[in-house]
Amino acid sequence: MTGADISSYPESTAVAGAPVLEVDDLHVEFRTRENVVNAVNGVSYTVNRGETLAILGESGSGKSVSAQAIMGILDTPPAVITGGGLLFEGRDLLSMSDEERRRVRGPGISMIFQDALSSLNPVYSVGFQIGEMFRAHRGVSRKEAKQRAVELMDRVRIPAAAQRVNDYPHQFSGGMRQRVMIAMAIALDPKILIADEPTTALDVTVQAQVMDLLKDLQRETGMGLVLITHDLGVVNEVADNVAVMYAGRIVERGTVDDVFSNPGHPYTEGLMNSVPQVEAKGGRLQPISGQPPNLAKIPSGCPFHPRCFRRRLGADALPGRDCADDVPPLRLVVPGREAACHYSEEVLGV
Amino acid sequence: MSEPTGATAASTPALDDAVLPSAPAPGEPLLEIRGLKKHFPLTQGILFKRTIGHVRAVDGVNLTLRRGETLGLVGESGCGKSTVSKLLVALEKPTDGSIVYKGRDVASMGGRALKQYRREVQIIFQDPYASLNPRMTVGDIVAEGWSVHADIAPRKGRLKRTQELMDRVGLNPDFVNRYPHQFSGGQRQRIGIARALALQPEIIVCDEPVSALDVSVQAQVVNLLEDLQDDFGLSYLFIAHDLSVVRHISDRVAVMYLGTVVEEGTDDEVYGSPSHPYTQALLSSVPLHEPALRGQKDRILLQGDVPSPANPPSGCRFRTRCWKAQEICAVEPPALIDRGQGHPSACHFAEAREVVPTEG
Amino acid sequence: MTDQQQADLRHDEVQAGTTTGLAAPSVDVTDARQNSLWSDAWRELKRNPLFWIGSVFGVVFLLMAMFPAVFARGADPRDCDLTNSKLPPSAEHWFGFDQQGCDYLANVVYGARNSLVIGVLAVLVVLVLGLFVGAVSGFFGGVTDSILSRITDIFYAVPFILGAIVVLRSGTLGRGVVAVAIALAAFGWMTAMRLVRSQVIAVKSSDYVAAARAMGASNRRILVRHILPNAVAPVLVYATITVGVLIAAEATLTFLGVGLQRPAISWGLQIDAGQSLLRTAPHLVLFPSIVLTVTVMAFIMLGDALRDALDPRQRS
Repeated sequence: MTGADISSYPESTAVAGAPVLEVDDLHVEFRTRENVVNAVNGVSYTVNRGETLAILGESGSGKSVSAQAIMGILDTPPAVITGGGLLFEGRDLLSMSDEERRRVRGPGISMIFQDALSSLNPVYSVGFQIGEMFRAHRGVSRKEAKQRAVELMDRVRIPAAAQRVNDYPHQFSGGMRQRVMIAMAIALDPKILIADEPTTALDVTVQAQVMDLLKDLQRETGMGLVLITHDLGVVNEVADNVAVMYAGRIVERGTVDDVFSNPGHPYTEGLMNSVPQVEAKGGRLQPISGQPPNLAKIPSGCPFHPRCFRRRLGADALPGRDCADDVPPLRLVVPGREAACHYSEEVLGV
Repeated sequence: MSEPTGATAASTPALDDAVLPSAPAPGEPLLEIRGLKKHFPLTQGILFKRTIGHVRAVDGVNLTLRRGETLGLVGESGCGKSTVSKLLVALEKPTDGSIVYKGRDVASMGGRALKQYRREVQIIFQDPYASLNPRMTVGDIVAEGWSVHADIAPRKGRLKRTQELMDRVGLNPDFVNRYPHQFSGGQRQRIGIARALALQPEIIVCDEPVSALDVSVQAQVVNLLEDLQDDFGLSYLFIAHDLSVVRHISDRVAVMYLGTVVEEGTDDEVYGSPSHPYTQALLSSVPLHEPALRGQKDRILLQGDVPSPANPPSGCRFRTRCWKAQEICAVEPPALIDRGQGHPSACHFAEAREVVPTEG
Repeated sequence: MTDQQQADLRHDEVQAGTTTGLAAPSVDVTDARQNSLWSDAWRELKRNPLFWIGSVFGVVFLLMAMFPAVFARGADPRDCDLTNSKLPPSAEHWFGFDQQGCDYLANVVYGARNSLVIGVLAVLVVLVLGLFVGAVSGFFGGVTDSILSRITDIFYAVPFILGAIVVLRSGTLGRGVVAVAIALAAFGWMTAMRLVRSQVIAVKSSDYVAAARAMGASNRRILVRHILPNAVAPVLVYATITVGVLIAAEATLTFLGVGLQRPAISWGLQIDAGQSLLRTAPHLVLFPSIVLTVTVMAFIMLGDALRDALDPRQRS
């Protein structure tokens, strides 16, 4: 029965003090023949049970690379994890063997990607691919795996799941394929789900459905959700906390409410000013000048300074806080807010 | 530096008034689309192809583009907006209906008139990585139009004009001999804009011009497009799926669903008081940026998938997903007319409703 | 993810954009060198040892064909003295003598000329035919494509060597160098056509071609300026390798007795003549075979190196 659903805004399900994933000062380099690309330069964050952490960034921010490092699916070489730690439920992921790491993937940490069509194998039915999670990790029979697949497809709200379990990926629409991927990802009840731009390739109505689904699943299972995206609206509506990344670093961190109402870093501020809003036509947009950074040639000092209209250089700068020379550390600016800017207080207006 | 605007193009020596009349005054209709249809045949068979059906990508679209205005065209995948853009620049031939430009039907244009039309109506593509020939220099790409339409720029001054154009769109003119892959996405899109500008068009069809760009760069390109419109008196058909960008840049907006326009009006009318259920659902699914506005929006979740354009529902196409659907909806396709809300809406039960919170 | 998406992700995440010096967007700094895709490929090529090995041997072969007297150390291949018949290699005569008592080094060296001419000529014909038919077929599609593709299929059905033998035996083209070249090309152009056609079809649907068309560019302009430059890379690789393959094919035809005939000098003839004397005078088969093999390998290596250099995915 078709119909419209007026649903209420989902409440946060974060459980404080129950960290499932801890990323500590992660550094990842890509070593190519021509140069070394510093994709991730000291990223730290924690995800608790039931929490939704959004990693907000654009091209060249390193957000996807850091997620792939957590999953252990980086191409090494050319990628090299040059430093830092990854703790999942207290266990060090980087010191695990390949086999142990593989066992963590699925029941422990799971990931969904942007384009479901190329992430699904076109020659196997979706039922087979979902069932594979059970066969590979839990050793169940084919029949049981198929049954579980149907249950999962129901759970991710794919209509007529029992009939569609034998269909192939190309027979589904984009939104449905994304649901299939979500089904595969939650099959083994992971503690953490990493969603890398899950709705970027989808229409906005389908995006709303998929994000709703993810939030509902999170509420049911209490899993942590790491949402990697460049869409401010999605972050605002779905995430509890946000970490803004730029040039492989986190430049601001706090609750979504705080950060979006009153940004503490010029990059966040610039992003919020440059995005048009659907509520009003608005005046002229205020873009951030310049281009996203080239990670092979990260600017000295604060990596954002070439594009920053608040930067202070030379005589303008306070001692030790020259935007072109001194790298600003990620520091606590006001309670609950960290920012990597020498003049963050000015940005916040405190 | 400024290129002669469209209004004075008539005084350019090579323009032949007998081919196409000069542009109407600002605000007057420049391009009128009536009953536009494009059906793609579905064929079967290897040697002798049999037509077994049609994909009705565009199935009866009426639009008017006025001089100096930006008409936004929004819709989701499969609604036909990309096909409309291709029809407008004569990359596809309409199956039915008319595109009337400066009083002449494009379908009946041949030879010289069509070439003139192609000059005056330009297009910017979505993908900055695919829309530039990787084996041509930036200068050659921008100046190619002048080789095709030899009367616009004499050969001698072309390099200078290319550099002026590059400067105008925010690119360093010294890089006229560089190749596209040496530029970033936003810069490549500027090259595409310069290419479109080179022919001094009246209309630019912007097919998702900022969708593939980073958020911080999108605003640069949007501002650039607005500035160019002011400087050169351009008219834009701005096609996008990002509703916020469309609202910002458009004067009027048309919403498409499965090949037809379901609602049309100024940005205030369509965004502020949408009357078609699909528009309402579409607007309700746009996530808002402001934490303070969270929860203030009506949330309408559509069920099911978009029907196949090869087999659209009878009557009103949206009825399979619409919460207001009644029997009449399956029988009689609703016409796009004003149903009392002040702007046309194609719904038998159109009713204005505020979905998006007003700013405040 | 698809390869293209991986490349795009890598491009976006890792290679996106460049830094700007100042705030104003009008000042953009791009890469310092001017780089066309061809010059990028050239740099890639220079890095590949296969390219250098193949080039060295290829150049030697070319010089051998152009200035045989130098390589033959002044000897005349037709200056034969029966008293020297079948003499093995010595310090004076590196390749010894053949059955007629002719200096073998001179003969092998002079054989290079015919091979080069036939190889290059045949490949030129293959390229021209392949480019023309493939481009027309791919660009216009529809009935034209169907007809041309079916004609190509018919040629494909004929076994290569067999077809060449039949043509040459029938004597319609004669038996000279040009005849052999044409016979080889006539049954070898189809792959070139297929390569060009598939590339043309791929490029035809790209946005920049649509942009040119929307601008009013003529079909000719689109084909020459946009499609062909972007469609030509795979067939160039194929052509390079085919030079080697056709040189070997000519030797085969000549060996079988349908290619060049005496008194022409050809490696195939030499191998044919030496074959019956394999036990007593192995150097008669050995030397032309080695030189033939090295020459063919040189072109294959060049083709391999070229393919690696032109393949955008191999980079990075």
